[in-house]
Amino acid sequence: MNMLATECLLQLVEERHALEDYQSGVPRWCSGCGDNAILAAVQRLCRDEGLRPEKTVFVSGIGCSSRFPHYMRTYGFHGIHGRALPVAEGVRLARPDLNVFVNTGDGDCCSIGAAHWIHAIRYNMNMTVFLHDNQIYGLTKMQASPTSPRGTKSNTTPRGSTLEALQPLSVTLGVQNVSFVAQAVDWIPELLFEVVKAAYHHKGLSFVRIVQRCPEWLPKVWDPWLHDPQRIQLLAHPKGLMPSAGVSSVYRNRIEHDPSNLNRARELAGNVDEIPVGILYHDPSVPCYEDLRRSTTPRTREYIQAGLEAELDKVTVWPGGAS
Amino acid sequence: MWRQHSDATIAKAYAETHEKLVAAGFRVIEIPMERECKALVADAKRGKNMFALGMLCNLYSLDLQLAREQIALTFGKKDASVVAQNVKLLEAGHAWAEANLDFQYRIPAERATEPMVVVNGNTALALGVLASGMEICAMYPITPATSASHYLSDVFEKVGGVVHQAEDEIAACAFAIGASYAGKCTVTITSGPGYSLKQEAIGLAVMSEIPLVVVNVQRGGPSTGQPTKVEQGDALAAIFGSHGDAPKVVMAASTIEDCFYSMITARKIAETFNMVVVVLTDASLATSQQPFPRPAFSETWIAPPIDQSAVPAGMKPYDWDVATGLARRFIPGQPGGMHTVTGLAHDRDSHVAYDPEINEETLHFRSLKLAAFQKTLKTPAVFGDPNGGDLLVIGWGSTQGAIEEAVQSLRDEGAKVSSLHLRFLQPLAGGLRQILKKFRKVMTIEGNWCDRMEDEIIDESNRRYSALAMLLRARTLVDVDCWSEVKGQPIKPGTIRRVLAAKLAE
Repeated sequence: MNMLATECLLQLVEERHALEDYQSGVPRWCSGCGDNAILAAVQRLCRDEGLRPEKTVFVSGIGCSSRFPHYMRTYGFHGIHGRALPVAEGVRLARPDLNVFVNTGDGDCCSIGAAHWIHAIRYNMNMTVFLHDNQIYGLTKMQASPTSPRGTKSNTTPRGSTLEALQPLSVTLGVQNVSFVAQAVDWIPELLFEVVKAAYHHKGLSFVRIVQRCPEWLPKVWDPWLHDPQRIQLLAHPKGLMPSAGVSSVYRNRIEHDPSNLNRARELAGNVDEIPVGILYHDPSVPCYEDLRRSTTPRTREYIQAGLEAELDKVTVWPGGAS
Repeated sequence: MWRQHSDATIAKAYAETHEKLVAAGFRVIEIPMERECKALVADAKRGKNMFALGMLCNLYSLDLQLAREQIALTFGKKDASVVAQNVKLLEAGHAWAEANLDFQYRIPAERATEPMVVVNGNTALALGVLASGMEICAMYPITPATSASHYLSDVFEKVGGVVHQAEDEIAACAFAIGASYAGKCTVTITSGPGYSLKQEAIGLAVMSEIPLVVVNVQRGGPSTGQPTKVEQGDALAAIFGSHGDAPKVVMAASTIEDCFYSMITARKIAETFNMVVVVLTDASLATSQQPFPRPAFSETWIAPPIDQSAVPAGMKPYDWDVATGLARRFIPGQPGGMHTVTGLAHDRDSHVAYDPEINEETLHFRSLKLAAFQKTLKTPAVFGDPNGGDLLVIGWGSTQGAIEEAVQSLRDEGAKVSSLHLRFLQPLAGGLRQILKKFRKVMTIEGNWCDRMEDEIIDESNRRYSALAMLLRARTLVDVDCWSEVKGQPIKPGTIRRVLAAKLAE
C-alpha cells in the first residue's frame, strides 16, 4: 500500500446508521435457528458502535453459520470449509483500518479448521471470532460434530456418537497468547449482546463461543438448560460483565469471576453441567501479531527502490571487475 | 594415503582403480594430501578441502589473495586461529601444486560490460517479490522453495514487507487470499506437496476472482518424492488442478533472470485480470547461479494504491464484460461496494446463484478472461530457423539453456533443427500451430514422465505423453512426440543432442 496507514483511519464525519443499513437479504436459516439471534446481536452492535459498513468485513467458512456474511450489508468473505481464520488473518494483516469479524461453526472451527483455530489464538490478531456451536453438522444434514455430546444420534452415528465432546473453551484457554474468551447462549439476547460488545471492544483475538440451538437436527439437546435457569451460570465482575437486574432476577446462579484469572477460567470452561455465560478470560496486554509484524514505515516508491537497490548492490558484479 | 589404508579392501580398490586408469592411458598424479595436511593439522579430515582449494588456485592461476579474503569472510565469526589455520592449509596446497605439478591453466574471466547480478533462482525470485510491489508473502517451510522465503524474511522488512510463516500450506494460501482480497496482492511460495495442499484455496481465488500469485518450485513427485531434486512434474497440476473448471495463468521461468521478472509480471497479470497466476520454477533454477544484467528499477513495478474510492451507484461487484469476462473488483473500504464474495456459484451481485443459467454463464466469463489474457501474449521466437526445418524441439522451464546448446551444436553441423521455449503454459500463446506446421518433426524435451515406446505394452493407444507434449497435441493437432528424463538431475546438453540426433535420423 502506498498510502499512509493513518490515511485509512481518517474519519472526518461521524456516521450513524440505522439497523436496516446493516441488513442484507432474508436469512435462509430455519425458523428457531440460533443463528438468527446472533445476527440480531451483531447487527445491533454495528449500529450502536457506528461501524462504517464499508470498513467492516465478516469472514466465514462453510456451514449454516457461515452464511452469516451474506446477511450483513458490509463487506463479506464466504470462503471454504475450515479456512475462515487464515483468510481473516490475511485481511487483518493487510488492512489495519478494517473491522474484522469471523463466523465459524463447530465443524468449521473445531474439526476441519482446528489447526487454524489453535494458531489463530496464538497469533492473537485483532478480530472478533464467533463460534456458532450447535453441536451438529446442519448444512450437510445431521452428522456428529466434535462438540456433539457423547451418545448423539446422527446420520453418521446412528447408534449414538462414541466420543466425548470436545470443549472449545477449554481448548482455547489452553493455547498460549489467548487474550479474550467469552461464552453466551442464543436464548438470552441481552447477555449475548453484552458479550458480543465486550468482544468487539477487546483489542486482540476475541473468541466467543455461542451455544446455539439447532431446531432441525438437535432440537431438544439444550432443553435441560433452557428450562432450568439455575443451569446458566452468570459470570459477573467489574472487569468483565455486570448482568442487569432484569437478567439477574431470572438467572440467579451468579458467581463472581475475575476474568484475569486464567486458572479459574479453565476450571469454569470444563463445567458441562452448567453453562458459564459471560467473560471467562481477558488479558488486554497480549500483543497482536499484526502489530509485531507490520512495518510502520510508509511504503513510498523511494523506500521500496532504496531497499531493492541495497539488496542488488550486494550481488552485483560491476564492469571492470570491482565488486 | 588410500594406498596404505588400514582397511585392506580400500587399499586394494585404490590400487586397482589406479592401475585401470594408467592402463587406459591416463596420466595419474597421486597427491599425498593426508600426509601434507597432517603436517599442519592434527585431523587431516578437517583440512583437506582447504589444501585442495589451494591446489586448484594454483592449477587455474587464480589469485590466492582472493581466496585468503574469502576464508577470512567465511570464518570471520570464529576464532582468529581458525582463519589462520585454514589460510595455512590453503597456502600449503598452493605451494605443493607449484612444486609438484608441471601444468597450469588460465581461464580468462569474461569481463562484464554492464553491471551483472549473480544470484540463484530462489534469491532472484525473492528479489522479484521485493520489486513486484507485493507486500505480503505467506508461506510454510518446504524444500526446495524455502530458501526463497529465508532470503525474503531477511530483506522484505527493508521495504515494508512481511513474510508470514503460516501454520500449514492451506493456511498460507488462505492467508494470501485474505490479504489479496483486502487489496494487497499477495504471493505464496511452495513446492509440490504444498502445491497439492493449496489446491482447494486456489479454486476459491479462481471462483471469487481474487488476484493471487502462487510460486511452485517444483521437485520430484508424486508424494514426498525427491525433495531436493529437479523435476518438471507439476505443469498439469498447475493448469488443471483444483476441482471443477478453474482457469488460471501458468508461467514457467526458464532462467534465473526470469525468476526475477516473472514475479513482477505475475502480480500485474493477477491484478489486471483478477486471476490466480502460478509461477513454476524448479529445484535446478532454485539453487544454480547465472549472472544477468542488473535490473533497472522501474516505477511501473510497484503496485498502485488500494482503490478506496466510492463505488458509483448501480455498479455490481461482478459486472462481467461480455466480450472479455473482466469485471472491476470492489475492495473493502470502498463506500457503496459492500458485498460478500463467495466460493459458491454467484451472480453479478455476488449473490449465491440458484438460477440454472448463472453457473454456466459465470464459467463462461471466467474462461473468457483467460482468452482475453492470451490475446496479449506474443508468439515466442524460434531459436534457429523460424522458416522451418526437419525438427522443432519445444521445452519449458529450466531446460532452455541445455536445449539451445544442443540445438546450436547440431545446427553448427548443418542439421535443420530449431527450438522453441515457452514461458506461458496456460494459456499457450497464439501462432504456435503455424510454427509447428513448418517443421517435419516436432518433439518436446521435458523433465516429467512420458511412456517409452520401447516398452512392449506401450503403443499409441495407451502412451502417456509428457505434459507439454500433451498440451501441444491438444492445442495444435500436430503429432508432437516427446522425450523425457526424470532422474532428478538437470538434463544435460549432450544427452539432448543425442536424442535430437536420433530423432533426426528416424
